[in-house]
Amino acid sequence: MKAHAIAPALLAALASPAAWPQAAHDALQPAGPQAAHIASLWWLAVAICAVVFVAILAALAWALWRAPRAQASTPPEISPPPAAERRHARGVAIALGVCIVLLVVILVGSISTDRALASLPLQDAVHIDLTGHQWWWEATYDDPQPDRIFHTANELHVPVGRPVIVTLHSDDVIHSFWVPSLDGKKDLIPGRTAQIEFRADRPGDYRGQCAEYCGLQHAFMALDVIAMPPGEYAAWAEAQRRPAADPADPQARRGRDLFLSGTCMMCHAILGTTASARSAPDLTHVASRARIAAGRLANTPENLAAWIHDPQAIKPGANMPANLLAPDDLHAVVAYLETLR
Amino acid sequence: MSAPRETLRDGDGPGSRAAETLAMTWRTPKGIVGWLSNIDHKSTGKRFIVTAFAFFLAAAFLAALMRTQLVVPDNHFVGPDLYNQLFTMHGTTMMFLFAVPMMQGMSLYFVPLMVGTRNTAFPRMSASAYWIYLVGGLTLYAGFLCNTGADAGWFAYVPLAGPQYGIGKRSDFWNVLVNFSEAMGLMVAVDLATVILKMRAPGMSLRRMPIFAWATLVTSIMIIFAMPTVMLGANLVQLDRMLGTHFFNPGAGGDVILWQHLFWFFGHPEVYFIFIPGLAFISSIIPTFARRPMFGHDAVVLSLISTGFLSFGLWVHHMFATNVPDVGKSFFTAMSLMIAIPTAVQIFCWIATLATGRIQWRPPLLYVLAFFFILVLGGLSGLLLGSVPIDLQVHDSYFVVAHLHYVLIGGAVFPLFGAFYYWFPKITGRMMDERIAKWTFWIMFIGFNVTFFPMHILGLHGMPRRIYTYAAQSGWGTLNLVATVGAFIMGWSVLLFVANVLAGLWRGKPAGENPWGAGTLEWSVPSPPPPYNFVRIPVVSSREPLWSREEGAPTHVSGLSAQTREGLVTTVIDALPDVRYGYPRPTIWPFFAALAVSLWLDWSIFSTQGFVWGLIPPAIAFIGWFWPREKATAEALALEKAP
Repeated sequence: MKAHAIAPALLAALASPAAWPQAAHDALQPAGPQAAHIASLWWLAVAICAVVFVAILAALAWALWRAPRAQASTPPEISPPPAAERRHARGVAIALGVCIVLLVVILVGSISTDRALASLPLQDAVHIDLTGHQWWWEATYDDPQPDRIFHTANELHVPVGRPVIVTLHSDDVIHSFWVPSLDGKKDLIPGRTAQIEFRADRPGDYRGQCAEYCGLQHAFMALDVIAMPPGEYAAWAEAQRRPAADPADPQARRGRDLFLSGTCMMCHAILGTTASARSAPDLTHVASRARIAAGRLANTPENLAAWIHDPQAIKPGANMPANLLAPDDLHAVVAYLETLR
Repeated sequence: MSAPRETLRDGDGPGSRAAETLAMTWRTPKGIVGWLSNIDHKSTGKRFIVTAFAFFLAAAFLAALMRTQLVVPDNHFVGPDLYNQLFTMHGTTMMFLFAVPMMQGMSLYFVPLMVGTRNTAFPRMSASAYWIYLVGGLTLYAGFLCNTGADAGWFAYVPLAGPQYGIGKRSDFWNVLVNFSEAMGLMVAVDLATVILKMRAPGMSLRRMPIFAWATLVTSIMIIFAMPTVMLGANLVQLDRMLGTHFFNPGAGGDVILWQHLFWFFGHPEVYFIFIPGLAFISSIIPTFARRPMFGHDAVVLSLISTGFLSFGLWVHHMFATNVPDVGKSFFTAMSLMIAIPTAVQIFCWIATLATGRIQWRPPLLYVLAFFFILVLGGLSGLLLGSVPIDLQVHDSYFVVAHLHYVLIGGAVFPLFGAFYYWFPKITGRMMDERIAKWTFWIMFIGFNVTFFPMHILGLHGMPRRIYTYAAQSGWGTLNLVATVGAFIMGWSVLLFVANVLAGLWRGKPAGENPWGAGTLEWSVPSPPPPYNFVRIPVVSSREPLWSREEGAPTHVSGLSAQTREGLVTTVIDALPDVRYGYPRPTIWPFFAALAVSLWLDWSIFSTQGFVWGLIPPAIAFIGWFWPREKATAEALALEKAP
């Protein structure tokens, strides 16, 4: 019965365009200084390239227009007049000189943009440790006080106007961090640590997605970066640090007990309960996130139920197994997860 | 055994007794055994061309499946597992089984004709290379049809292709394919480089050598330097997978970035040994259709050589997003921009050639002109990718998919189709239909741009490569739909081309020796050329021997034996006659050796034991191949003594 009940709900969720808000992911509409530096270099280089492209096509058109027509039987011109050849050689040399100058312009622009990217002021930065997994993102917000460290997954919240330093690790294969509106990409490489710094200057939802091919569900390894005013960010971080509250509602309490006595807790953690495994996303505040399954679905009770019931139908190859719960149990677990705001 | 009492010498023209004897001496063996023993460079070349084209069609079909999957968001036409195999097989086929063997096949066919010799230097080796290539390609596809298609991308990054994450035998098939195709590439490269350096017709000094031969020489030497690194890399991965070594296991002191260096040190020159032959097709076609010698011939040759060198200094631009040191990245940016200079030199020289020539508007020229639009656009987007900051945005996005197709299709495939139209009459003796050729061109040109131009924009809008589907909310739907429509338009043009080839073979107009009025030596022999290529080995006194020659210079050499397969070895720089050379005769052993090597490689996919015991059949085959034969030795000795 449950499969029949869930499938239409799932389809409805997938089909509805308003399932989640349109997030920005455009390299040419930067929302921070890093992406802005790159975008201005882009426009400079594209302008140069466009001029060169048009000039070469124009020269070709001129050449074809000016040359007379011939046949296979037309005798070849073995030794063209030397004066004309010299004139054309001069033309070629001048064109080449112009090209070299333009290449140097691009090179200088590129290196100075490199320097600009490397000199983002980093005082008062937010430090995030980001680990790539097949196929989700584990985020740890660092803090000098160990009890203020907290975990979340697939959704980063950052304060507007403050730099963010993300330290990148991978737990399995190579992934790549890429949020086009904020910065270029950086790979997450097993056995190595990399770092990327950016700053968001406008509040908004910026969508990112793993850019390095990482296996079956490379297509659905999304990362949302939500930039919010500093006050809101502080409130959000404070809420994320709190352990999960005990649910008051009996159905949710039953869901919690199912969660903690079943297989869920073998991979997931919920702060404030005995569930503390780290091989799957931290669910302490899962209901506060906009999407589930690394951006695959909007976070609605129906989608959550469909996902728990049969993740393989939604994201084939994902490491979460199917959960053959009775409908009441499934709804109880969903009710519990919905309390984790 | 004594030598023939009286040796018949060549030197008389067609119809003479010498010519008849040459035809007997060089005739292709008959029957199925004869077919398998054939070592004529033209047969080997044709086999490469036809087989590589078949793989091109297969890979194009896989691309059509991918475009169908991406036509709408959240499509369920194929699942992620099959999709990952599709793009891996598409890339692997196009790079290893289409582009390199196709270019080498064209060179095998035409280089000996262009430099004026009767066969390649090591024709048995090239014949054997063909069979190795064929079995290697079929092995990869056999795996794919059994749901064991490689699925880690054509770049096969570890750890995804390594023992822990590369499931089943999929990556083993890929690694072994690398051995097959690189063995093939190296064997043919050595053969071609030797022909070009040592077997040119007397008088064809390096300065008179056709640009096509120059390009083949440059690519052959690049292959010899670049291919061993990827073979080494693939075998290290295979050791990790089959023997439990830890070259790429960070947990045991290995490094996953090591693979990227090994792969791209090969992978970037790879692009150029597809692209340089494309440039050479253009430099062969433009002078013929502009009715004048190449403007700036020396500059063009030097550009090819410097492209070859520079291409070894670019590989890190595929790795800008990894944490390699920033200072090093700037060096690779500079190199990536610098390699545009030799290409610019060639483009300007071509424009100057056209501007000062008289133009014959025929289909091959049309395909070459497409290069100016497509490759220039692809080259310019390559400059953008060479800049570290811009690359960090567009790397691994659809922008790169657009760029690489603009470069490889514009730089190699369009010139290749031009080359097909240009040399089809030489290979078959018949002309292709020019009206259909023009239609094919316009459909292909439009289809190509409709397919790939939108991908630039998709990349800037954040669409990563190698994703099997995307959500509707991403906003990528419209442009993907456009790209898919373009892909099908392009598909039609390829089918039209195939139809035109078949029609040309069936009832094309007879071509004659030189239908385009070209100036290089391949056009001086009948179409199709006889097995011995030249009745008389020509003597060359200019760059376009059919257009001009020095007053009083001899036209040919005479005195080579017509009764045995004899040729002339000349000096490297000036092509002065040096020694006479006995070409090998046809034999079945190269075929057996190729099968034995293939058996060994295929066995090594499945067992490490196979890697050891599988060496026995190749050992037997090579002993058979190189076993001294009394009769042949005696003949060679006798010839050596003859005046």
